[in-house]
Amino acid sequence: MTLISNLINGISLGSVYAIIALGYTMVYGIAKMLNFAHGDVIMVGAYISYLSTTALNVPPLLSVLIAMAVCTVLGVVIEGLAYRPLRKASSLAVLITAIGVSYFLQNAALLIWGSAPKSFSSIVPFDSISLFGGDLIITSEAIVTVITCIVIMILLNLFTKKGKMGKAMRAVSEDKDAAQLMGINTNFTISMTFAIGSALAAVAGVLLCSAYPTLTPTIGSMPGIKAFTAAVFGGIGSIPGAMLGGILLGVIEIFATSYISSQLSDAILFAILIIVLLVKPTGLLGKAVKEKV
Amino acid sequence: MKKYRDLSKYARTNLKAYGLVIIAFAILFPLQSAGMLSNSLNGQLIPICVYIVLAISLNLTVGISGELSLGHAGFMSVGAFSGVIAAASLQDAVSFEPLRLVFVIITGGIFAGIAGLLIGIPVLRLRGDYLAIVTLAFGEIIKNIINCLYVGIDGSGLHFSVKNTSSLGMSGGRIILNGPQGAVGITKIASFTAGFVLILFTLFIVINLIYSRSGRAITAIRDNRIAAESVGISITKYKLTAFITSAALAGMAGALYAMNFSTIAAKKFDFNTSILILVFVVLGGMGNILGSIIATTVLYILPEMLREIGDYRMLIYAIVLILVMLLTNSSRAKQMAVSLETKIKNILRKNKNGSGEVTDNG
Amino acid sequence: MDKMVPYPSGAIVPERDLDKKPILETHHLGIDFGGLTAVDEFSLTVGRTEICGLIGPNGAGKTTVFNMLTNVYQPTRGTILLDGKPTAGKTTAQVNRMGIARTFQNIRLFSNMSVLDNVKVGLHNSIKEGFIPSVTHLFGYRKAEKTSTERALELLDFFSMADLAKVQAGSLPYGAQRRLEIVRALATNPGIILLDEPAAGMNPSETAELMENIRRIRDTFQISVMLIEHDMNLVMNICEGICVLDHGKIIAKGTPDEIKSNPAVIEAYLGKKKEAEDSAEG
Repeated sequence: MTLISNLINGISLGSVYAIIALGYTMVYGIAKMLNFAHGDVIMVGAYISYLSTTALNVPPLLSVLIAMAVCTVLGVVIEGLAYRPLRKASSLAVLITAIGVSYFLQNAALLIWGSAPKSFSSIVPFDSISLFGGDLIITSEAIVTVITCIVIMILLNLFTKKGKMGKAMRAVSEDKDAAQLMGINTNFTISMTFAIGSALAAVAGVLLCSAYPTLTPTIGSMPGIKAFTAAVFGGIGSIPGAMLGGILLGVIEIFATSYISSQLSDAILFAILIIVLLVKPTGLLGKAVKEKV
Repeated sequence: MKKYRDLSKYARTNLKAYGLVIIAFAILFPLQSAGMLSNSLNGQLIPICVYIVLAISLNLTVGISGELSLGHAGFMSVGAFSGVIAAASLQDAVSFEPLRLVFVIITGGIFAGIAGLLIGIPVLRLRGDYLAIVTLAFGEIIKNIINCLYVGIDGSGLHFSVKNTSSLGMSGGRIILNGPQGAVGITKIASFTAGFVLILFTLFIVINLIYSRSGRAITAIRDNRIAAESVGISITKYKLTAFITSAALAGMAGALYAMNFSTIAAKKFDFNTSILILVFVVLGGMGNILGSIIATTVLYILPEMLREIGDYRMLIYAIVLILVMLLTNSSRAKQMAVSLETKIKNILRKNKNGSGEVTDNG
Repeated sequence: MDKMVPYPSGAIVPERDLDKKPILETHHLGIDFGGLTAVDEFSLTVGRTEICGLIGPNGAGKTTVFNMLTNVYQPTRGTILLDGKPTAGKTTAQVNRMGIARTFQNIRLFSNMSVLDNVKVGLHNSIKEGFIPSVTHLFGYRKAEKTSTERALELLDFFSMADLAKVQAGSLPYGAQRRLEIVRALATNPGIILLDEPAAGMNPSETAELMENIRRIRDTFQISVMLIEHDMNLVMNICEGICVLDHGKIIAKGTPDEIKSNPAVIEAYLGKKKEAEDSAEG
């Protein structure tokens, strides 16, 4: 029973990673940049949801929507102010700027909300399910997380495959200049990508804090790094890859924690990532690009 | 005839690096000896030296060799903890502290170099962002492993364990490494002079390497990998050369760093430390050694100078970082800088010509 | 120009190379990209001091042949013998050390380095210097550096580029960049040099100079030259043997005169011309 319980916990944690990883992978696919501040957008989302439920007494579901709206605006503003002027700069310059944005968000949160951890109350309104006479308990958060993840996956897939905006995104990620020549507004498309990624980050933040209810200004950084790892693991730029990578990573983390060592779980996680990349250098579902000579 | 850029000025820039370091030491050392430095500056001298060495060595990987590494703190960590163990082992054998420090730093360099070799062989087959993420992963793995490591020393020598202190099986003696608490009871033997010498040593190695056959091969691979291969340069060999040299220097810096504290934990050398060093390198200029030195010094002191504004200091630091990146890298900012420059020149010229014109008219 | 004669294996090489082992032989060479055959049944022999042309319409697979010869791409089928030794499984760097050097269609210089340093990188394997001399600038460093600088200047002087030695390679004019690429390739001391469209983007006087230089390379260094070129005047003038590639297959091999009158070649080139005229009319 513990095996199944661990598996469920792993998939649930992995679903959160997957939702964060989607933001990383979409932004990478379209803007070819590692948005290190993405993890901190998660934190902002969680704080907004926390504040709207505690201070304004908004119902939990509405608080999620508020958080999504705030993060969407935040994502677009960050992109417009910090990343857009660097569209033609080296990828390293953009990376350092993203790190600067990450520091900024963390420290702004520290100033506004303080360093004392806030205890986040779960937004999920119903109780955990107990099966096999209490041998197997499936938390309500796990159920909601996994379902949310699946819904997001399906919607995103439909959006990028069918929608006009989705097609524009794929075109821009293939070739920015050619897309521009075809009349696609690349700046708007990239903004939209940040908007979607940040809205997803808000959802991930709420789900993460529902499962692990301690809220601090640095809460986003480690899940951010792990989700980024998940995106690379699955093949960065690929939406199904981010999904697969996220869930695998979550399962590996929970299994390593409960069967090997909680202290070494991160080491095991990263070791598996390295092995996968050495065998398949572009990640599980990534496409290999051959350099033309 | 078109005017071509003469490249020897790059060589001169690097020589300036030596000059700057020596002058800074010549000014600061007497002040320190006379006790005229403020407490906070005094405490920062050795860390600044350490971070300068780290920035120069990372610049070898990122700027000269062109491989983005996000795990430099991992090598610093290996150097620090192997240095701590060496220091404890040599405590009685070598009583002369500067000599012991030399041994400790060399040990740190050797072990970090070995780590660089072990990590470099698999990692350097990857490219770009994938290489970056794998170096990040290695940095985290090193941190995690050292967090689980217990080391003690007694009459019969060193004892290692990954469980806890009681499984070390010690008879008396003392604990050197205590798992997540890190190294404890370090005798502080680091000195500003040692930091200065280590910077000079690093400059010597890195600048010499750049202006040599190996250095040309490394730069050639960065500039055009396929062309470098076509003239018979072994990619793996030279990428590894740069990576191992960089790791070994970071290890030496780590060893010196650890010798400046009485306790030190592995979590000090995490991803954020790697990023901090990378920020020094990028703001100083890729491949620019002098730039690395200046950027490290300024950015290390900046948060301290901002201490007066208290809680806002890291926020200001973040804003400064973003603004500097935007001003130095955005195409619009560059255009603005150019137009501003021509405007100023025009004004200056007008002033000169203006006085001339007056006499003409008169 | 020497007479071309059949070699025992059936290939033709210049008469003066008849008693020597050929520098390059390929047998049934072929490569597939994801199920698509790019080059197939490519068998060719190049004499020890031959100037050999590889021509054909765009997309015929000429550069792919160069990439296989230098193991940038590993061939799917067939063998390559360089100086009689097989190159299968070797890296590009190892194949270069075995005696094959090349230039690139889209120039690949180390553009941030000086002209002199570009050539010195080419001399990498001719003048050795270990890691210790490199980082200490002692233990024979000065001697090795001096030798390599002198040799590099000598090579640059051969193409009258010695006065540009300190210039940044990326800031050179286009023609000089192409010349520098050849000098860098020659610095690796090859037995055969592969030139990928050396005259591309050059004006007639530069092309004439290039033709002279290619002959001088062969005569001075006593090596063979294989070149891809669209300038038929250049190819017909300096190549002794010509190989015509179309759709990844050799459609003709022979001397310039034979190629000019070969019906298959005329069809490959003129057939296209006719189509072009048709489409222009329509």
